[in-house]
Amino acid sequence: MNIAIKTLHKAFESRVRLGIMSALAVNDKLDFNSLKEYLDITDGNLASHIKALEKEKFIGVKKSFVGKKPNTKYFVTKEGKKAFDDHLKALEKLIKSQKSI
Amino acid sequence: MKEEQDYIRDIAAMRSMMERSSKFLSLSGWAGIMAGIYALSGAYIAYKIFDFNPDEIIYSTAGSGSLTYSLLMVIFLAVLILILAMGTAIFLSKKKAKKRGENIWNPTAKRLLINMAVPLLAGGLLILVLISKGLIGLIAPFTLLFYGLALYNASKFTYEEVRTLGLIEIGLGLISSYFVGYGLLLWAFGFGVVHIIYGIYLHYRYEQ
Repeated sequence: MNIAIKTLHKAFESRVRLGIMSALAVNDKLDFNSLKEYLDITDGNLASHIKALEKEKFIGVKKSFVGKKPNTKYFVTKEGKKAFDDHLKALEKLIKSQKSI
Repeated sequence: MKEEQDYIRDIAAMRSMMERSSKFLSLSGWAGIMAGIYALSGAYIAYKIFDFNPDEIIYSTAGSGSLTYSLLMVIFLAVLILILAMGTAIFLSKKKAKKRGENIWNPTAKRLLINMAVPLLAGGLLILVLISKGLIGLIAPFTLLFYGLALYNASKFTYEEVRTLGLIEIGLGLISSYFVGYGLLLWAFGFGVVHIIYGIYLHYRYEQ
């Protein structure tokens, strides 16, 4: 059980970050406003969580323009996908092991 | 340290986020019921008032011109039903999305529409070709067939029941393309009765 806990990544302790990763796991790319809508949080809150995940190199940013408006899209990096999958597996293992006690 | 309850809640939150961000879940059961009612009344008007019930693939009502008055009216009626059904669906989805605190025009809605639009546009253009060649008996079967293909194609991005609905419409389309004489009847069944049953099911399953 201790091994499983170690594989739980610190970056995923916050449910907002888990939410961001979950949404990006099933979408190729999402822009800031879509993420905000799904998570139902403030701009500042979302921005700080995105920054944290960016720092871990779990998500990448792609900037482009729609007409004259800047459009920022986020996607999961390879490392991010692996960390997310591992985290999910560890969670499942934890629940299973606690159930068997 | 987190408790087991927290981990279970984490997983539940992840699962719900994945579903919410990949599927369009603002479809309303009432939209299906209303679309079914429009279709049934449309088929009734076409049959009773315009005497439209093609029993052969090559069908012309008066025998002279290829585009007779009644055929034109039936086409007009079909377009009207389509606009009414789509308008109702958009209106009700907007209402449902608002209730869920979401915007109707989000990435899942776009994906759903694009995946429906390709088979529907192909079918629509093909039907225009059929009309121009006088193959009137195939219009009803082909609307069912292409509508079914569109639903099947788009079902990955919304409620899974849409897949079954698509398969049913495809089946009805194929059957009616063979039994052309039952075309209008099967069309009324596929767009009318099946939509109403599906709408009621959706309503009780997801909107209670």
